[in-house]
Amino acid sequence: MAHITVPSGLPGITGLLESRLDTSAPIRDLTQFILRGPNTLTEGERELIATIVSAGNACTFCTNAHAATAARYGWTRDEVDAIVWDPTTAPVSDKVRHLLIMARALQRNVQGITADMVVAARKAGATDVEIHDTVLIASLFCLYNRYVDGLASDYPPSMDYYEKLADRLTTNGYERKGLPNASH
Amino acid sequence: MPHIDLPEGVPGIRGPMLYRPDTAQHMNELVSVLLHDEHTLSAGEREMIGAAVSRANECVYCSTIHASIAVHQLHAVEGARDLVESVLRDPLHAPVSDKLNALLVLALQVRKGGKEVTPEAVAHARSVGATDLEIHDAILIGASFCMFNRYVDGLATYTPDDPAVYDELGARRAAQGYRVGIT
Repeated sequence: MAHITVPSGLPGITGLLESRLDTSAPIRDLTQFILRGPNTLTEGERELIATIVSAGNACTFCTNAHAATAARYGWTRDEVDAIVWDPTTAPVSDKVRHLLIMARALQRNVQGITADMVVAARKAGATDVEIHDTVLIASLFCLYNRYVDGLASDYPPSMDYYEKLADRLTTNGYERKGLPNASH
Repeated sequence: MPHIDLPEGVPGIRGPMLYRPDTAQHMNELVSVLLHDEHTLSAGEREMIGAAVSRANECVYCSTIHASIAVHQLHAVEGARDLVESVLRDPLHAPVSDKLNALLVLALQVRKGGKEVTPEAVAHARSVGATDLEIHDAILIGASFCMFNRYVDGLATYTPDDPAVYDELGARRAAQGYRVGIT
């Protein structure tokens, strides 16, 4: 059970976001822009960054949600799991591999990204904006993962939930519109 | 030197915020609600939570600027500068209220990881008067600074050495809040 009262029937981040709309609006807007806005990184590549950070932080809800979502963009779920387990051998482009390595380093340590990692990413074709956006996505999921587990939000009743959530995240994105009203 | 081509000589988070303004407005809105807007916790208390988390994360820019904002928010409190300094140095033994001490415990637990927050620490916070909203916000401030600190240090942004820079910026932020944009 969550540490604070949240609307019932909304597991993980979904209940927390409904519990304080003043803070959830900018969190949702930032997420929508950085994960779904115009970008040279594909939506799937950005979901992989979200997944690898969530897995590194051992956040079960976020890892399942974003792995299920990433698996809608051209990888099988097994491939997604393998990528987040070891990005160095991942079936992704060199560029994305280096961005994933940077994201994992930052998840582990606030000062974890070295100049060498950035040089390697750039050599593999990453632009400054892509490096920026990778850093911001990884940072944002360090917020989300701590928020979700720090308040001990509920787990969904079954794994099917994550597929339904992935349906929404691949169509509506991260905006609140279309969300059913929360029931207390 | 920053990892990417940020505007030169712009301190800390303001560099990437100028570089990618679409993201800046959302981050400024979040931090306004959490740290500046009307609240049952004073702005100074909330700034001290942010500064303490940033110090524990060893993010020099964020800990220094939020300590400065805290000092300016607490200007009416005698010895504000010493108080903020003691929170930075040893947050769990600083001379703050029992409630703020309990909220600092929660913010510093969540900094280490979401699962580090203990039910006992939450129950203790409640027993010394913390509301659900205050517990929520202490944890979200802790989590948010795990984002801001990584954004700032992950891009190796410019960290000024001169205390006067932080003092002047902190005074401005305390007076104007975070919604004014990056000036």
